[in-house]
Amino acid sequence: MNEITPASIGLSREDLPNSYIGRSVPRPNVPKLVQGRATYTDDVTLPRMLHAAFLRSPHAHAKFSAIDTARAKAVPGVFRVFTGHDLAKICDPWVATLDHLKGMKSAPQYPLPLNHATWQGEPIVAVVAESRAAAEDGVAALDIEFEALAAQTDMETALAAGTVVIHPELGDNLVFTRTAESGDVAAAFAAAHKVVEARFVTGRHTGVTLEPRSIIADYNPADETLTVYHSTQAPHMMQGVFAKQLRMKEGDVRVICKDVGGSFGIKVHVYPDEVAVAAMARIMGRPVKFVADRFESFVSDIHARDHRIKGRLAVDTEGRVLAFDIDDLTGIGPYSVYPRTSAIEGNQVVNLCGGPYDFKNYRCTTTVVLQNKTPTCQYRAVGHPIATAVTEGLMDLAAEALGMDPVELRRRNLIRDDAYPYTSPPGMRFEGLSHHASLNKLLEMVPLDRIRADQAEARQRGVYRGIGFASFIELTNPSPFMYGIGGARISAQDGCTVRMDPDGSIVASSGVTEQGQGTEAILAQIVAHGVGVPVNRVKIITGDTQTTPYGGGTWACRGAGIGGEAALQSAIALKQQILEVAGAMLQAAPETLDIAMGEITDKASGKPRMTLFELGRIVYFRGDTLPKDLQRELVQTRHFITKEYPFAFTNGIQASWVEVDPATGMVKLLEHWCVEDCGRVVNPMLVDEQVRGGIVQGIGGALYEHCVYDAEGNLLTTTLADYLVPMSAEMPEIHVGHVETPTRESLLGAKGAGEAGTAGAPAAIMNAINDALKPLNARVHEQPFTPERILRALGTIA
Amino acid sequence: MIPISLTVNGEKVVRHVEPRRHLIDFLRLDLGLTGSHAGCEHGVCGACTLRVNGKIMRGCLILAASLDGADVVTIEGISESGEVSDLQAAFVARNAAQCGFCTPGMVMTAAELLAEAGTPTRGEIREYLSGNYCRCTGYQAIVDAVEDTLRSRSAKP
Ligand code: FES
Ligand code: FES
Repeated sequence: MNEITPASIGLSREDLPNSYIGRSVPRPNVPKLVQGRATYTDDVTLPRMLHAAFLRSPHAHAKFSAIDTARAKAVPGVFRVFTGHDLAKICDPWVATLDHLKGMKSAPQYPLPLNHATWQGEPIVAVVAESRAAAEDGVAALDIEFEALAAQTDMETALAAGTVVIHPELGDNLVFTRTAESGDVAAAFAAAHKVVEARFVTGRHTGVTLEPRSIIADYNPADETLTVYHSTQAPHMMQGVFAKQLRMKEGDVRVICKDVGGSFGIKVHVYPDEVAVAAMARIMGRPVKFVADRFESFVSDIHARDHRIKGRLAVDTEGRVLAFDIDDLTGIGPYSVYPRTSAIEGNQVVNLCGGPYDFKNYRCTTTVVLQNKTPTCQYRAVGHPIATAVTEGLMDLAAEALGMDPVELRRRNLIRDDAYPYTSPPGMRFEGLSHHASLNKLLEMVPLDRIRADQAEARQRGVYRGIGFASFIELTNPSPFMYGIGGARISAQDGCTVRMDPDGSIVASSGVTEQGQGTEAILAQIVAHGVGVPVNRVKIITGDTQTTPYGGGTWACRGAGIGGEAALQSAIALKQQILEVAGAMLQAAPETLDIAMGEITDKASGKPRMTLFELGRIVYFRGDTLPKDLQRELVQTRHFITKEYPFAFTNGIQASWVEVDPATGMVKLLEHWCVEDCGRVVNPMLVDEQVRGGIVQGIGGALYEHCVYDAEGNLLTTTLADYLVPMSAEMPEIHVGHVETPTRESLLGAKGAGEAGTAGAPAAIMNAINDALKPLNARVHEQPFTPERILRALGTIA
Repeated sequence: MIPISLTVNGEKVVRHVEPRRHLIDFLRLDLGLTGSHAGCEHGVCGACTLRVNGKIMRGCLILAASLDGADVVTIEGISESGEVSDLQAAFVARNAAQCGFCTPGMVMTAAELLAEAGTPTRGEIREYLSGNYCRCTGYQAIVDAVEDTLRSRSAKP
């Protein structure tokens, strides 16, 4: 489309594209990151700013009444102390349910509870002081008497008679349950050649964004506006939340995202301590900062994936899948988290099990219950790693029962590449997937014969290696069917405004946001491509509710697919507008002109006619010389929402090659592969890095990461020395390949790419470990696959 | 309050500090050097890595009061001096930083490896960087960037 000079984008002549889409353009955001010149929320300091610290519940479940704040207020530097009752005067509680999740219930949640503490780490009292250190001194001087109550910690007994009911007004601890059923599951199992079953556990884990949750709220009583600097993925949503809970107008609330140090779904939820900060700023008319420390992050960032799943799979003699029968149970903490709710993860398990395969009979139930533990909610790849582990774990068991190669079993059952559109048994509609092409591509990358030979040879030496596969689907580009239809004010559409400034610079402001994925980089590429300018002439603005079009932000893999399409359409519209103006100036029909590398050219010959600099000069400073009725606004806005399909599904397959030491139970990751199909790839390097980062988070959940509680509901893993995240030495080299099946819902054709790695990695690793352990007749299905669990499976320890 | 006098990025700094002030808070709050990050404040994540008297250390584990006479170099200093501009360019080229919160610490650690001027394998690079957590990248691009820099440095006469 556009001629590009190599120097403008740092590419060699050989790399020269005629388009920026599909090119590995380096991210313009990175130089500031490597030089320590980024600005995260905690780097912002405002005049008269105060700092908040919270007293957090030392009990999993307790009542409290009298809070004596006198000693705390006497601490030097302490300014004020706020209790739940203080904040409730100006801040309304919220209830996190969605109407389309039938029968869902949850209790009202206040920024600080009034008299009932429901998890260890829940914020109870806030102290505001001139420094964080003084505020913590104030917290230490608070006198509060807790009356500890019995805690409900085991999800298996949450609905049993006589159990502790966390919120008596709800009647029981059941939040939500749903069963999807299609076909005749009982008959399919009765007629099956083989039936395999297993009990799976996914470990409760959390996001560990390296930058903790951070917020500064600043209320200006003179103009009655609240400005919030917030490390969040969804500034417009938070604008609405602050306005609603604090009884303000959305126009009086501005949310600004500075650089955000990782999110992964952790920073898309409403946290009571953050709402408390906004409420305190509102009351005091002064800025208040709160940055969670790591201990607070572990006890108060959302957790995820606390599931126990029983699964059965029926196959016929040919190895065809006849039926899946799944029962999922999940504990979500004491409150469903606002506004996305904590029932979506279980609901996703129901929607996604068996997803890659062509079969008819399906039953899956999820039961979502309360517990006195940190609330859980959506974390990267929501429900997918669970559904994939169950599905792919059962597929490997079936392969073993049939005496069939696991790859062959998958090949026989994966939905054919020409079978689309296709509707899955739980009702998911697939526009176009590429399971077989992806499998074939993966097998080109994985030297399977060499690996099998190596495996056999190693076993002779008492070395146990295994390879595991996991096909998966992933839900991206969500429509209002995800949240909006349930009544949540969460935008599925997104907008972009693109303008040309006098010197030909292009500025685009977008409702999607950047937390390191490269959102701004791909938007710049798309806008440069759409308008016809060098990418370094494009500036992107995101993360400010006052200056960007209304949008949902970045979550559920929608940045490229939704935000990117809005950017492309607005850029194309601006190009049309520029060509109209140029046509009038050059006395040429606009259709005969083009824009290439920032110059108006003659479309047929490619000859330059006029620079954008010159066009800008005339439009902005000599408008008198243009025809009177000429439209000359060099700014265009377009919004985009998907309309045909509720979600754009992607697909892929991963393979993991591991070595298990039967003496120690340690798992060594040797190599990892992933082929994924996220539709049109805008920037291959960034997609590969999303996939790699996602895989490593999946590896974390599979092998290391676990929020461990004692029987009383105390979190035992509250430092990075106790809660293990993947480090560089243990990580394998990861090979990434692509198949591109663009969505036809948009010009751009992009789907999401950020969660595929996390969706498939745990299942691939589980299957690899079990492949390695096969000669030893041991098997593990409970994540994380710690040395202890592997030794137990081997019978080495009891 | 304890009086200290030290050198930070080549500049003389004289301050009074609370005994409990750690080096990262001192840099960030007292000197406005916000490039060093606090990711855990208990010595595990490495986001606070910087150079004290020529060796990399965890700023969150050092009390500012103990630094009288010390020579501190932060990401701001090492960027301005140009010592690792090639490494930083390699980070850009490889997209070895996503959110960037770990990146200053990662660059400081990698700078020490580069200064050793050896020929480490990828596995050894991974080991060397193992005290620095990155939650976004999966590490491979960072290892690539360090390896590229080592290779191009050793190719130069
Ligand atoms: S902040 Fe110092 S090691 Fe994490
Ligand atoms: S780039 Fe985000 S933690 Fe490393």
